[in-house]
Amino acid sequence: MLRHILALAVKEFLALLRDPRSRFVLIGPPIMQLIVFGYAASFDLDHVAVAIFDEDGGGAARELVSRIQGSPHFEIIAHIKEEAQVAPLVDNKKVLLVLRIEPRFSDHLAKGRGGSLQLILDGRNSNTAMLALNYMRAIVLDFNQYLGKVRGSTGPPVKLSMRAWYNEDLNSHWFIIPGIVGLLTLVVTLVVTALSVAREREQGTFDQLLVTPLRPTAILMGKSLPGLVIGVIEASFIIVVAMLWFEIPLRGSLGALYLGLLLFLFSAVGIGLMISAISVTQQQAVLGAFLFLVPAVILSGFATPIANMPEAVQWLTFLDPLRYFLVIVRGVFLEGDGYALLMDQYWPMAIIGLLSLAAAGWLFRHRMY
Amino acid sequence: MSQPALILRDVHKSFGSGERRLCALDGVSIQVAPGSVTGLIGPDGAGKTTLMRLCCGLLKMDGGSIEVLGLDAAQQPAEVQAAVGYMPQRFGLYEDLSVQENLDLYADLQGVPKDDRPERYARLMEMTRLAPFTSRLAGKLSGGMKQKLGLACALVRPPRLLLLDEPTVGVDPVSRRELWEIVYTQVQEEGMSVLLSTAYLDEAERCDEVILLHKGKVLGQASPGRFSEEMVGRVWEVAAEGLRPRRLQAELARHPGIDDAIINGDRVRIISSQGYQPQAGTLLPTVQGLRLEAAAPRFEDAFVDRLADPDEAQRATPEINKLAPAERTGNPIEVEKLERRFGDFVAVKRISFSVGRGEIFGLLGANGAGKTTTFRMLCGLLPLSSGRVSVAGHDLRTAAARARGRIGYMAQKFSLYANLTVAQNLRFFSAAYKLRGSRQQERIEWALDGFELASYADTNAGTLPLGYKQRLAFAAALMHEPEILFLDEPTSGVDPLARREFWARTNALAEAGVTVLVTTHFMEEADYCDRLVIMAEGAVLAEGTPHEIRARARTPDNPAPSMEDAFIALVQGRETAA
Repeated sequence: MLRHILALAVKEFLALLRDPRSRFVLIGPPIMQLIVFGYAASFDLDHVAVAIFDEDGGGAARELVSRIQGSPHFEIIAHIKEEAQVAPLVDNKKVLLVLRIEPRFSDHLAKGRGGSLQLILDGRNSNTAMLALNYMRAIVLDFNQYLGKVRGSTGPPVKLSMRAWYNEDLNSHWFIIPGIVGLLTLVVTLVVTALSVAREREQGTFDQLLVTPLRPTAILMGKSLPGLVIGVIEASFIIVVAMLWFEIPLRGSLGALYLGLLLFLFSAVGIGLMISAISVTQQQAVLGAFLFLVPAVILSGFATPIANMPEAVQWLTFLDPLRYFLVIVRGVFLEGDGYALLMDQYWPMAIIGLLSLAAAGWLFRHRMY
Repeated sequence: MSQPALILRDVHKSFGSGERRLCALDGVSIQVAPGSVTGLIGPDGAGKTTLMRLCCGLLKMDGGSIEVLGLDAAQQPAEVQAAVGYMPQRFGLYEDLSVQENLDLYADLQGVPKDDRPERYARLMEMTRLAPFTSRLAGKLSGGMKQKLGLACALVRPPRLLLLDEPTVGVDPVSRRELWEIVYTQVQEEGMSVLLSTAYLDEAERCDEVILLHKGKVLGQASPGRFSEEMVGRVWEVAAEGLRPRRLQAELARHPGIDDAIINGDRVRIISSQGYQPQAGTLLPTVQGLRLEAAAPRFEDAFVDRLADPDEAQRATPEINKLAPAERTGNPIEVEKLERRFGDFVAVKRISFSVGRGEIFGLLGANGAGKTTTFRMLCGLLPLSSGRVSVAGHDLRTAAARARGRIGYMAQKFSLYANLTVAQNLRFFSAAYKLRGSRQQERIEWALDGFELASYADTNAGTLPLGYKQRLAFAAALMHEPEILFLDEPTSGVDPLARREFWARTNALAEAGVTVLVTTHFMEEADYCDRLVIMAEGAVLAEGTPHEIRARARTPDNPAPSMEDAFIALVQGRETAA
């Protein structure tokens, strides 16, 4: 039995690695996606284009503007003089926001009456607008404190002092890149296993395999092994890049991470083989894999928090192995989690893997024509 | 009229590039005479389809020129396509349209005037005998009927030149005869010129002229009679009392003075080497009662003689170990009231037969007769709808894995791993059949040496020449020395030499005690079987030895009917009974 599984796995590897196209699928897309996600996918905003409509021109106004100028988040691209200029700038997406400083702003401040500022935001992308607003708030808050200090006043009665744990700079790379470990290994493993049986069906070699004394369980395991091995290699590569290139700290236990990875791949292989057992052609297999992948990524909490989803959808996320693995990989990277803390993530993946492999085995025997 | 309908001058065409460059046509120059039927004969991969497609301007040639009805195929493809009728191997029938709707569609596409249509349709339906089925969906027609409808669609507007690409492949003998009648009627009535490709050598004799194509080169162009004439005095038929034709054929094939030996009915047909005059008394000294008669040469004799490469004369037949006599009694294969339904469609209708130990058992029939479905049920690849099968005492679908280790299986399509090398394929399949260590090594070497695959050991299986692919598939099926061997259409599309090689090997297996079940749509191959069933539309038409089945068709007019005659007689007999 063991010998059989090994012979099958060797054959699978050879078939995969001797074909230049499938070799490319294993190497090309992961590297490309890692670069694209690593650099492009970020929740942070930098160099937001801003226009300043300064109707005051006094010292305090200049002080505020210079603070905006000094922030890495903003870039002032225009100083405007009249109201009519505001709309064209926002409409044509020249700027994301316009800061309007009221006439006699410095005067009012000097008299201790408080000055007013108007912020006009391009709300077409609400997410970006919110972020820009928050950055601007921080600058204004800071400016207020400065004024208080200068004038010797006691300032606002309560001072909020913030400290973010685990990701001290609130750098969104730290959140996204560990997630990519799960995302990319899922894509590659799923596609490799989904294609494995479908390819043989399409080329007629599956019949040849079924008439040999190999047991369906042996075929199943022989076909799972390459998916697991390739997944581990792929994931290790991304982990190394995340640590060395993107400089994300790995704070927890590597063993806990790899235990999670193995269970995650186990469930991914099971689902891939299930898709493969249903498909007759490779095209159907790829389609099936993506029909699973897209909701799996959205429901996993990769980008949007699961807690914000409607309750019924939240229940659905329990079927998604990526959901559990993301908790593990982020936990180990940023929080320094160990085995005990992650136990509740391990066992659901093991169950998903067992059930899907059993289903794939059943489908093997019952879908033969 | 005297100008040729088609002229090819030094045509070259190859596909792919670099190492995988495949030369399909290598300097082909031919002419097709007007108002006649020219046959393009050659095995699969000879370049027949490429040539046809070039003539229609569907492919660009690398060099040379083609003149179709006075038009240049490369320069004026649209005009050429309007002037010629082309029926590809798989004609583009719309399976969800009825026979009539298909005809209307092609009439519209060809721009046949509405007023001319009723008369033309009536004539076509009469010729194809499809008149009773005009409202049936094309997808529900039998293989032969589909082919006839395809031809009718190509003929809606009679073209001056008709190109037919393997119109008769896999078609039952009755429909084949009808297709030929239609072609000849068109030539006589319309003065049409026809270029027809085929892999069936017996069809060559029905052509006015024959072009022999092999590996992209023209081996000769002449009337079939001229080809045969060269062989006068070299073709003989041999019979021996008390010796089965198969044994006799094996003996004769080993004789140094004999180039070719095939089974033909109850006799063996041989071609003697140039300058060797066989004598009944001395040909095989060990065989008693040998009779030798000169026979009229056929086109196939000339074809084999031309094709046979002296270097390849040593045909790869590995040594086969004799099976230990079985402990168990009973037939290795038993089939009882086997039935398979796909929805409403009954693919196999309650058939029963049994195969004895060491027999070569044939399952004959046209495409769509239910052979492959039966075959897959026997191998456990398809569940039965009802009935019972037993292979080596088991139903392979439910039996333990070990039972499958006793059978060998070779699928119709090449089904080994194309991007693994020959050696890797053999290693994998030997491991799958539980061979290991020195025994595994020994069997791999046996396969590489015996099938002359050693020089290809590190070549990807997918890039092997067709004949070698088949050897490899055969070798993989024999690695574990099975006692029962299943072969699905092993000779479909292979050239006559490879077919001879295949049957020599299969004979050797049967002599060693292996039970062989083989399907084929070549009627003449029935004579290699010990027993056979003929299937049509999912039912068994006849069962028996080839001799018994042929005897059923014996009439005073035709005292020595061929298997094809017998098939036609059986089908017609059933139709009159129904």
